[in-house]
Amino acid sequence: MPNFHRKLERSAIGFVLAIVGVSAIGGFVEIAPLFTIHETVEQAPDMRVYTPLEVAGRNIYIREGCYACHSQMIRTLRDEVERYGPFSLAVESQYDHPMLWGSKRTGPDLARVGGKYSDAWQVAHLINPRDVVPQSVMPRYAWLKRNGLKTDDLGLHLAAQRRVGVPYTDDMIANAGADAYGQANPDSPYASGVTARYGEATNVRAFDGSAGRLTEMDALVAYLQVLGRLTDAAQKTAAAQE
Amino acid sequence: MVSGLTVSERRLALVIAGLIAVCGLAMAIVGRNDLIGAHGFIVLAFSLGVIALVATRYLDPEPPEDRLSQYYDDPTKAGIVLAMIWAVIGMFFGVWVAALLAWPDLTFDAAWASFGRLRPVHTSGVIFGFGGNALIATSLHVLQRTSRARLPDQFSPWFVLIGYNLFCVLAASGYFMGVTQSKEYAEPEWYADLWLVIVWVVYFLIYIRTLQRRKEPHIYVANWYYMAFILVVAILHIVNNLAVPVSLGHAKSYSLFSGVQDAMTQWWYGHNAVAFFLTAGFLGMMYYYLPKRAGRPIFSYRLSIISFWGITFMYMWAGSHHLHYTALPQWVQTLGMTFSIVLLVPSWASAGNALATLNGAWHKVRDDATLRFMMVAAVFYGLSTFEGSFMAIRAVNSLSHYTDWTIGHVHAGALGWVAMITFGSLYALVPWMWKQERIYSPALVEVHFWLALIGTIIYVFAMWNSGIIQGLMWRTYNDSGTLAYSFIDSLVAMRPYYIARTVGGLFFFAGAVVASYNIWMTIRMSRRAEAAGRDTVDVPASAALVPGE
Repeated sequence: MPNFHRKLERSAIGFVLAIVGVSAIGGFVEIAPLFTIHETVEQAPDMRVYTPLEVAGRNIYIREGCYACHSQMIRTLRDEVERYGPFSLAVESQYDHPMLWGSKRTGPDLARVGGKYSDAWQVAHLINPRDVVPQSVMPRYAWLKRNGLKTDDLGLHLAAQRRVGVPYTDDMIANAGADAYGQANPDSPYASGVTARYGEATNVRAFDGSAGRLTEMDALVAYLQVLGRLTDAAQKTAAAQE
Repeated sequence: MVSGLTVSERRLALVIAGLIAVCGLAMAIVGRNDLIGAHGFIVLAFSLGVIALVATRYLDPEPPEDRLSQYYDDPTKAGIVLAMIWAVIGMFFGVWVAALLAWPDLTFDAAWASFGRLRPVHTSGVIFGFGGNALIATSLHVLQRTSRARLPDQFSPWFVLIGYNLFCVLAASGYFMGVTQSKEYAEPEWYADLWLVIVWVVYFLIYIRTLQRRKEPHIYVANWYYMAFILVVAILHIVNNLAVPVSLGHAKSYSLFSGVQDAMTQWWYGHNAVAFFLTAGFLGMMYYYLPKRAGRPIFSYRLSIISFWGITFMYMWAGSHHLHYTALPQWVQTLGMTFSIVLLVPSWASAGNALATLNGAWHKVRDDATLRFMMVAAVFYGLSTFEGSFMAIRAVNSLSHYTDWTIGHVHAGALGWVAMITFGSLYALVPWMWKQERIYSPALVEVHFWLALIGTIIYVFAMWNSGIIQGLMWRTYNDSGTLAYSFIDSLVAMRPYYIARTVGGLFFFAGAVVASYNIWMTIRMSRRAEAAGRDTVDVPASAALVPGE
């Protein structure tokens, strides 16, 4: 071996090719099959896409770095299932570009936080977490309620997601801005379009507590309230196991 | 430094900086309704600054011909200074975010100052700002010495160094504004990623061109590691950052991959950013500066070969150990775990090779804090790679994952290994670069050594304690068969450790400030000696070079 290597280390190009070849194998073997083996992601015909308001909320969640302290991946361990709910399935994040599984729980897992608390609790907690949970160390996000939500380019956001494989229809893309407004304004004429396009089960509420002006708080709470509720595949899997 | 460039190189610098300024202006106009517009202005201001710097010295006389018989070290010098600036910035933010977990209101009621935006400023600041600049600076130094060849031209190393720092500025300023892809350690958005690819290609070309001109028949082991660092980081960076932007006028992009495939790609990237950015590159540093400083040859050539190819091959399989018990298929988890455990062999071969090299020089380790930095770094490298393999075991990971144990492990590596080997190497390199007999104050190096070691130990012990307590509290059941603790109970239990961690970080940060002062004073010593016309210490390195090469 030393003789072979002595030759190899006399050639810069040879060495470069050797490094690329040797290092490429691992990733190729582990990643490529994930796209081709069908069992990797379960089937969930009821799985719906995020509404434009939820997309905007998800982008705020990313922007504020929430993923640094909150995971969205319940592992197949007894204590996690008892604490957070049925373990996460791959299909539940199949429209998540990028995924937000997280790597650290300074705060609790949020994979199934949707519907666990009221909108009012979420808003109060985001404005000052210590008003609701005195021992919390979470930052305050009071400005979310002050900031208006930008909706004029949500159609472009949905279109970009369609390009990477999320099944948004032309109808959804064309009405993205109106749907965002309608979802947080149940009494407005735009509200019916949201349920028509995204299903009857979609939350249509004044998430931040006040109808009318659309805020970043509306979007983030709408997103938090849909976490774990895009499909009931995980609940079905859990029931089947029992 | 500009006067060291030839007139045609100065012209090239103006043209390239001008082109980048135009790109910045275009970003500012197209993205005027989005945060990418703000980044356009930053690019514009940055490149105008470079233009101003070059233009004021444009009419200086041509540099003397005999420069071609010397190594070209100006970019290395600038890289050292930049690395120390980023070290202070990155570690300051590290202390701040650490403090926020103990005192959450220790900040302003403003978006830019919240934990989630400050944290990537810390991680990118230390990894890419401090680590990256130190890697570029030392690699250009080591490359020339071990090849006995001057860099092929004077423009491209500046392009790499300044271009890379533009990337770092875009990254950090983006986080404050809320521009992030959310992929850990790959947060910068698509346009910054594209820019880094261009910079990286030029960096690779410098490497390969210099190696082609080398007068040593063999490529030295340090260069194997630097090359692996450059090549594999390029592969990882390109694949993990594949994304579709919302439009050319939007900073936001959507990752090409989703869900489980994205998770696997991200941790294939994330773990190998540790392997090839934070390990391979710094092993390159270790393989040059440690034997140089100790005055001993590397202990074993065979061990070097085994550990190099072992690390290059096996690390790329290990990423999936970040995803144990998740929705990732179990066969991938098992592969990741297996390779992570075997990886201990080449890792310990490297650490052992370094420590065995010190045999016969232990009295120097005792007396010389610079060499002691490198020795402690090799020890921490051995410890944290053992810990890493241990934590990759599924059963251990079920306890450690999502807890502070991971943070402790990362910092054992980042503070104990990466930062210590860097400080050791820089303390060795700085007097050579500025042609001084020694650093300004060896006593301050000693002070820095103890600050860094104490800081690291406090930090790591605090996080081991908090991580294991956290993990145990989450899975403890009471007699009636229900979970014993609420989540908030576990958080309250963390508080003393979060305070201790902040103190440890403060020690380490103080050490970095001391180091910056010491290095700065060494530079001033050199300037004063030049001004007084005194001869600076001549480092006999240029004899190997022939003009015109």
